[in-house]
Amino acid sequence: MSIDTVDRTASRPEAAPLETPGRRRQRISTGILIAGVGVLLLVGLASTDGSARFALSDAFDEVQLPTVTVPGFTTVLVCGLLCLAAAVGYLSGSLRGRWPVLAGAVAGLAVVMGFLTWAASGRELPFPVSNQFAGTLSLATPLVFGALCGVLCERSGIVNVSIEGQFLSAAFAAAIVGSLTSSVPAALIAAVLAGLVMAALLAVFSINYLVNQVVLGVVLNLLAVGVTGFLFDQLVEPASLKYNSAPVLEPLPIPGLASIPFFGRVLFEQNILAYLAAISVFVVWLVLYRTTWGLRIRAVGEHPEAADTVGISVRGIRWSAVLAGGVFGGLGGSFFTLASTGSFTKEFTVGNGFIALAAVIMGRWHPVLASIMCLFFGFVTQMASQLQTLSTPMPSQFLLILPYVATIIAVAGLVGRVRPPAADGIPYEK
Amino acid sequence: MSPEPRKRRLVIPWSDVLITIASIVLAFIVGALLMIFSDTEVRSKFAYFFARPSDALIASWEKISGAYAALIKGAIGGYGPITETTAQAAPLICAGLGVGLAFRAGLFNIGAQGQAVLGAIVAAYIGFTWHLPPGIHLLLAILGGLLGGAFWGGIVGWLKAKTGAHEVIVTIMMNYIALGLLAYLLTTPAFQRPGRTDPISPIVDWNATMPRLEGGQLHLGFLLALLAAVAVWWLLDRSTIGFAIRAVGANPHAAATAGMSVARTTIITMFLAGALAGLAGVQAALGPSASGLPVPLSLGIVGSIGFDAITVALLGQSKPLGTVLAGLLFGALHAGGLAMQSVAQTPLTLTTVLQALIVLFVAAPALVTKIVPFLKPRKTRAFGPVPEGGLA
Repeated sequence: MSIDTVDRTASRPEAAPLETPGRRRQRISTGILIAGVGVLLLVGLASTDGSARFALSDAFDEVQLPTVTVPGFTTVLVCGLLCLAAAVGYLSGSLRGRWPVLAGAVAGLAVVMGFLTWAASGRELPFPVSNQFAGTLSLATPLVFGALCGVLCERSGIVNVSIEGQFLSAAFAAAIVGSLTSSVPAALIAAVLAGLVMAALLAVFSINYLVNQVVLGVVLNLLAVGVTGFLFDQLVEPASLKYNSAPVLEPLPIPGLASIPFFGRVLFEQNILAYLAAISVFVVWLVLYRTTWGLRIRAVGEHPEAADTVGISVRGIRWSAVLAGGVFGGLGGSFFTLASTGSFTKEFTVGNGFIALAAVIMGRWHPVLASIMCLFFGFVTQMASQLQTLSTPMPSQFLLILPYVATIIAVAGLVGRVRPPAADGIPYEK
Repeated sequence: MSPEPRKRRLVIPWSDVLITIASIVLAFIVGALLMIFSDTEVRSKFAYFFARPSDALIASWEKISGAYAALIKGAIGGYGPITETTAQAAPLICAGLGVGLAFRAGLFNIGAQGQAVLGAIVAAYIGFTWHLPPGIHLLLAILGGLLGGAFWGGIVGWLKAKTGAHEVIVTIMMNYIALGLLAYLLTTPAFQRPGRTDPISPIVDWNATMPRLEGGQLHLGFLLALLAAVAVWWLLDRSTIGFAIRAVGANPHAAATAGMSVARTTIITMFLAGALAGLAGVQAALGPSASGLPVPLSLGIVGSIGFDAITVALLGQSKPLGTVLAGLLFGALHAGGLAMQSVAQTPLTLTTVLQALIVLFVAAPALVTKIVPFLKPRKTRAFGPVPEGGLA
């Protein structure tokens, strides 16, 4: 990495600022990526016929918005050409200032629009746009909680690979307590407590016993899988009515706002956890960047020795950050039980904790960026499942892996090398 | 560097051994508590514990001893169980070697699962599609599986080297993609068994099935696992590329300054790690099951080998001999767990708990010596070769 960052401009101070090899490689890989997608879209023209329809409102909505119809061939062609134009801009290296960002945004929109038009053109059903956005938000909710958990831990210098385990144990606790008490608040509290217990295990072993944190995360995940799986087999399965029928969260329309056409249904008819997630993003940002505690968390994550020298308790701050993360991990876990069927099945968080971890890294350890990455992932996942119902030319198994492929492309082509907090993963010994 | 020629003596690290044994015992104790707590019948007897403690204690003892006796008997009680242990251990050792090799280069390979799936896909496909003479058929199927896993791992290494994409993210995603690929392939005519609509493949040819010894489950796979361990030892300790792998793992900046190509080493390491995990997949696809025939390709073909392999590599401290021993221990747990499930009706998931607890205790020797004070604290850190800083 040191080679990438060698500044070649140093010898020629009068020349225009040259880019470093690392940036150049990043620019070119982004350009090639966009060009490749553009070419794929143009290849897709061969199988595009008829027109694509996008339904802006659901059949059951009070206010019916029109269904937008676009000509399939032309739209895909325009989107493909836009991608190629953006790619040329990137590859030629002539884009300066804010132009690369703009070109990237145009290319991103063109990719989504072109792909959707290609998939939806000539189908009998229109593509449900409002469902797409509403589903994106509900898929992203647990991911956002998980990402916030990861951001808090890692900003303090503790790598948290066990978000998945926190999700799983919290979901299990929510199912059991929710079933026994038939109360949503009790289930939420139980989930948060389970998240806290897992976080405390992470903290005690990583901070006090100095265990390698990635190792620890993997083991804690396994422990969560084992304990919830064993208790499920032994205790819950034989009496699932008693232990595994928790109440579910109802959508909570915000009066007034929920009746706005399109946006009301998408944004203001979610359940309580989704609102909480949105608020949490703001709160975590505020805490990390505007409070003393947040400053200390970041200091401890970047340079614990320096923080220690000025009298900050490194262990104390790390403990508090990991526990705060555990609260979010628990809330995210409760979503799987309480926002779907109210029951737990073994390993049913299916890797969402790892996706949240990926969002943390892609979002460069920033709460808002990480949450945007969660929305991106939710969007692609929801798009894949929407397209399944349209009987597109793609086999459904390929649609299901689309989110994962999209993440790899995003990580490899767009995000590239990222810089974690300097002391991330390094135990602190006084 | 000491000036005198290096003489290696095999020193048995007694305190390590004792800590490991203590960790296993502690894990079994916690597992026992979990069993008592979760058993409705036993718990009901604890309700009147103070009136008649013997009931509760006897019920607990019966529950625990029944389960653990079945576990031990199923793991090492005779020739049959021991060979079952080796059969379970073989893929764990292979995939564990793959994860461990990547550790040594400072790479966290969570993707052994996906690499094993690819290995299983290719090996099984060659196994049931081609019809070749004995020997050649098996050899080609194994090589194909190795290449499949290596390809899957190599992609990760290439992306990491060329774009800086974080290997943890990429390997996690590649696991899902491998599973999706398998799900898709099993719906295509090339892979689906004729006359079936569910996702299951034809049975692998007899010529491509790993030969086994009569009367047990000891098959070629275990021998291959041991050979792989020797090969990895040779690679790491005796070859130039192995030196580069260790150098890059210890300090990539220093390795780059010394003229080693970090990018090239990354790609080669992930390629080899993928091949080793692919070998685990080969064993899942071509190794004979209890009936003597290999398990046909289906969605659950490799089970959770790839994830268990991470714990195997951790417990084995990423060293070949350690990985073999750790693989045997967890293989014994799996084999015993199956017996425990059928004999004592204790869910197999208990072995997952035990596995996690063992690694957790071994990883924190300070905790073990606190609980068991007469053990001397060991001086070296656990998991030396694991990448420090993790996600950096």
